[in-house]
Amino acid sequence: MADAKTLQAVGVSHFFDVSRPFLQRVLARESRRSLRAVDDVSFTITQGTTFALVGESGCGKSTIARLAVGLYRPSNGDILFENQALSSARAQPAMRRRMNMIFQDPYASLNPRWRVTDIVAEPIRAFRLATRPNEVQGRVGSLLAQVGLTVRDGDKYPHEFSGGQRQRISIARALASEPDFLVCDEPTSALDVSVQAQILNLMRDLQQRLGLTYLFISHNLAVVRHMADRLGVMYLGRIVEQGPAEAIFQRPRHPYTRLLLDAIPDLEQVGRARTPVGGELPSPIAPPSGCAFHPRCPLALDRCRVEKPLHVMDGDVQVACHAVEEGRDD
Amino acid sequence: MALLDVQDLTVEFPTRRGTLRALDQVSFSIDSGEILGVVGESGAGKSLTGAAIVGLLERPGRIAGGEIKFDGKRIDNLAPEPLRRIRGRRIGMIFQDPLTTLNPLYTIGRQLTETMQTHARLSDAEARRKAIGWLDRVGIPAAAQRIGAYPHEFSGGQRQRVVIALALCAEPALVIADEPTTALDVSIQAQIITLLKDLTRDHGTAVMLVTHDMGVIAETADRVAVMYAGRIAEIGPVAAVIRHPAHPYTHGLMASIPSLEHRVSRLHQIDGAMPRLDAIPSGCRFHPRCPRAFERCTNEPPELIPAGATSAACWLHAHG
Repeated sequence: MADAKTLQAVGVSHFFDVSRPFLQRVLARESRRSLRAVDDVSFTITQGTTFALVGESGCGKSTIARLAVGLYRPSNGDILFENQALSSARAQPAMRRRMNMIFQDPYASLNPRWRVTDIVAEPIRAFRLATRPNEVQGRVGSLLAQVGLTVRDGDKYPHEFSGGQRQRISIARALASEPDFLVCDEPTSALDVSVQAQILNLMRDLQQRLGLTYLFISHNLAVVRHMADRLGVMYLGRIVEQGPAEAIFQRPRHPYTRLLLDAIPDLEQVGRARTPVGGELPSPIAPPSGCAFHPRCPLALDRCRVEKPLHVMDGDVQVACHAVEEGRDD
Repeated sequence: MALLDVQDLTVEFPTRRGTLRALDQVSFSIDSGEILGVVGESGAGKSLTGAAIVGLLERPGRIAGGEIKFDGKRIDNLAPEPLRRIRGRRIGMIFQDPLTTLNPLYTIGRQLTETMQTHARLSDAEARRKAIGWLDRVGIPAAAQRIGAYPHEFSGGQRQRVVIALALCAEPALVIADEPTTALDVSIQAQIITLLKDLTRDHGTAVMLVTHDMGVIAETADRVAVMYAGRIAEIGPVAAVIRHPAHPYTHGLMASIPSLEHRVSRLHQIDGAMPRLDAIPSGCRFHPRCPRAFERCTNEPPELIPAGATSAACWLHAHG
């Protein structure tokens, strides 16, 4: 089982229909418009490891999170969970039980009218992992202990907890169905740094103890560096660079990855001026031709404006950039 | 003399269950052309400090003690109208969420010219010309065409730049920026920070930069104040506070930030959480979580004590 593939995305694309209503469209003689949130994305997550996706808002990382747990169906391509297509498995509760999600906002993702015990017990009851009340209680108690809360916290309501503790409750709930695979969509973005450290440590401990596989989504590269085994950098729906996280942090290849790394204020650079990157993320409804990054790229040439770069391997790292391919990136 | 001088500022919220002290004897100063960073976790009182300075405390909060001097004059006891004239004209404000700061029903040009004309005698044409100049300076492309646009027509990063233009267009001597880059992506964040630094350098504006992001402070600020549970735990030059923190809380905070440079197997964590206002511990507020607490910490609240290049409110530094 050493190299078992837990999750595989094979050429996955996802479009959102953003056309105007039918009548208006006909009157204005418009055609349908679609937003390509995810465009031909492929990656593999090995069992027991963490694959992280980073990118700015609107790059499609949360859409991938939803695709990975089957909340969206891919428009093209397929998501495989342990070599079985997720689309065919929708009706199999056994497979759904084995994957779960932790959300960004611990204030919005817990039902304020339920006691913590009921929140954590819901997956246990839904998947009939235990039926006798005593048994359910026992499981809830050990789940709460696992995330650093006490059994007595189970009697309280979510509003009685701080953000960090709420995120612990979310994690306990996610673990309640005994999953193997967790999708974590910005799990610490809403938290203070000292609380973030507690949650990240907890997530790493749980991974080691339970052999969990994570798809970890974040915009914070320092957090990603701490968590990821492999890393994918997304820009406008595509993964522009992916490979072992250490290899990418040691030597980022894609100009966008370099831009992201340069743009991060770092403690070890007190007073150092950064070269700010001009421009903003273009609209995914009308993405630039060729390489989507070319309007902001310092290395862009004519070829980048017309031809979409393919993924090429550079060492262990897969990168989609003409400049890297042609060796003019240094 | 410092442009802004805050001495023993105390803010209280009377509630049915007793008075909550949200800020307790906070003292600091900012010089012209200086950027003071204020960091701390949610609830530490950093935003409240900014709000108290400009007289925008939400009721029932009130200043219960201390004084705030701006340009040598006390402003904490001013009537609403004179304070309103200082706010905007002499003290500009940038808030976290650009969508709520801008009026969605007015064009950004109107909001800018109105602000300038409120605070200075300017003809419409002059105000318009200046507004375009400000939009240009904060990096809005094609400023002359976009001056007639409404806030929703701009992207998040551009909107925040418009907010900055709005805060700076009256050329205030002090800008209070409350999490100005928190809602933005890193590449946009870098643009905004560079802009803010350039503007302070060129105009000699003083900035109080409130944020929870230590990285932003490291890069932008000259000095930094670290707040914990309504008090300043440590204050000093940025490099000293980051590299040689004197307060155990600052130390723990710095160590808990994941680094881009190297990966550690486990992040340092400060166990527990910041106390709630209705359950502030006796003595040093940090002592229940402090790995180096001793007896004095449990019963006697420490004042800021010089500790190396910084000052820390910690009894560890009491004898040298």
